[in-house]
Amino acid sequence: MNSTADSIEIAGRAYGSRLLVGTGKFRSHQVMRDALVASGADIVTVALRRVDLTNPAEDILSFVPPGMTLLPNTSGAVDADEAVRLARLGRAATGADLVKLEVTPDPRTLAPDPIHTLRAAERLVAEGFTVLPYCSADPVLCRHLEEAGCATVMPLGAWIGSNRGLRTRDAIEVIVSQAGVPVVVDAGLGVPSDAAEAMEIGAAAVLVNTAIAVASDPVAMARAFALATEAGRLGFLAGPGAVLDVAEASSPLTGFLA
Amino acid sequence: MSAAPGLFAQHLASGSRLASGIDALLEPGVDLEALAVRAREVTLQRFGRAVRLFAPLYVSNACLSSCTYCGFSKGLDVARRTLTVDQVVEEASALVDKGFRHLLLVSGEHRIEVSADYLVSCVEALRGLVPSIAIETQTWSDDTYTRLVDAGLEGVVHYQETYDRTRYAETHVAGWKRDYDRRLASTERAAEAGVRRLGVGALLGLSADWRADVATVAEHAVWLQRHYWRTEVTVSLPRIKPSASGFQPLVPVSDAEYVQALSALRVVAPEAGIVLSTREPAVLRDGLVRIAVTHMSAGSSTEPGGYLHPGEAQEQFAVSDERSPAEVATMLKAAGYDPVWKDSFALK
Repeated sequence: MNSTADSIEIAGRAYGSRLLVGTGKFRSHQVMRDALVASGADIVTVALRRVDLTNPAEDILSFVPPGMTLLPNTSGAVDADEAVRLARLGRAATGADLVKLEVTPDPRTLAPDPIHTLRAAERLVAEGFTVLPYCSADPVLCRHLEEAGCATVMPLGAWIGSNRGLRTRDAIEVIVSQAGVPVVVDAGLGVPSDAAEAMEIGAAAVLVNTAIAVASDPVAMARAFALATEAGRLGFLAGPGAVLDVAEASSPLTGFLA
Repeated sequence: MSAAPGLFAQHLASGSRLASGIDALLEPGVDLEALAVRAREVTLQRFGRAVRLFAPLYVSNACLSSCTYCGFSKGLDVARRTLTVDQVVEEASALVDKGFRHLLLVSGEHRIEVSADYLVSCVEALRGLVPSIAIETQTWSDDTYTRLVDAGLEGVVHYQETYDRTRYAETHVAGWKRDYDRRLASTERAAEAGVRRLGVGALLGLSADWRADVATVAEHAVWLQRHYWRTEVTVSLPRIKPSASGFQPLVPVSDAEYVQALSALRVVAPEAGIVLSTREPAVLRDGLVRIAVTHMSAGSSTEPGGYLHPGEAQEQFAVSDERSPAEVATMLKAAGYDPVWKDSFALK
């Protein structure tokens, strides 16, 4: 895909790749780095709880390839207060206003908290952050987040880390149909075809982490997700034909009447 | 007077089970390799190729409880020591220099020398130094857990040692720890106080029926997750080690049985972190990382002050894996795992 022809714009900045990637669960920082490069992603998200500026040799940030846009996330925050505090730490550490908002009070499911996510989003927007919120695949919540000034919405495709695919497809279709900001499907995409499916139904981008990190060959899987994301996007832009219950002849049966 | 049974004790007494699937996995003759493969898949899916490293920091070996298996037991004539808060910070600094950002403060059960005020002071003094602080001390019935959470405490570890009431009474002969129900309900009090990570476990070898204890640990973990949905749960199954107590395990748990126990736990409690200490030898630790373990201590000393001034006080038990933290991290990398030193943020 020619990035200038079909870039995604987030908060006024254009990005060529519609695949965003995460940095958790990799076997080593070096493998993570290689996978990030292979993904062709422009935006990479890093958990602030993993960042340790006092130990640069082991710090995960040292292994993010130069040129990638760092998207700090508030993973581990259990309420709005913690998320806001972490976002401020992230801004201090990176100098950027971008933040991926994650509020997950339930350590078992890591399901996003809709109430505290919205509260934190309102506060962070007021503080000048560019907020990309991870959220449930809830059309009304996504409306609220957009009205709060979020730069995107990031509804989950399935439980985070589950690799279960686009289980929330019906809700994502509604969200895509009404959103005025980019819809980034985050969490649960397990294989490249899941990413393609999300893109085909009109998602602006996808974010993938576990499926790449725990693959036997994370570098190859990152490349596969890049290709699938691009293919899905092309398919969406190409305008798929309708899905019908019965066969339809390629040539109109009533053409002779013309 | 003994405490009234808490909610989990009542649940156990009711006979209903949330994690009954573990019984079949713990049976003798199970296909251990197949079970390990299944456990490995679950571990990779949930936790990825990452192992969190932590260090125990023994702050005191003073103890008012008499437990037949423990090197700190009240009646034992051993060198006792309780660190000052400043000394705790010095020990913590030494561990931070080795890379640790997750510390577990451990003590015997001495409510005067290791008082609530003392622990609060320790947490307050450490919170600017280490982002993740947990305790493994005596249990508390008052507002201590709330005070500790307010000070910045992240985790509480309370192993029941054995869930068999008869065997518990035989091995915990005096002191507060003798009260089975008081101890068992302590995790509930900690969860209600807002502690965000709870560790439960059993000391294998204490009871003749290790399978029953492992099954109850699984039940405890799953029950806690069900009832305290904000609380992260970790489990551990330490095996009895030689100590100044001279205690011999009632029934030794073989290495194969141990792998079976941890694999079964992983399968029935897929979201629970599994903690493995330096009690176990290097070869077993290295193997278990590939199957089920997600949290490891490394380079541990089990005597108060033992990182900067070893040999001045009695250790709790002998460690088996004597590799340095850096050596354990190197092993993890070689095995295809990311040693995670920091996976938390300061709560206060």
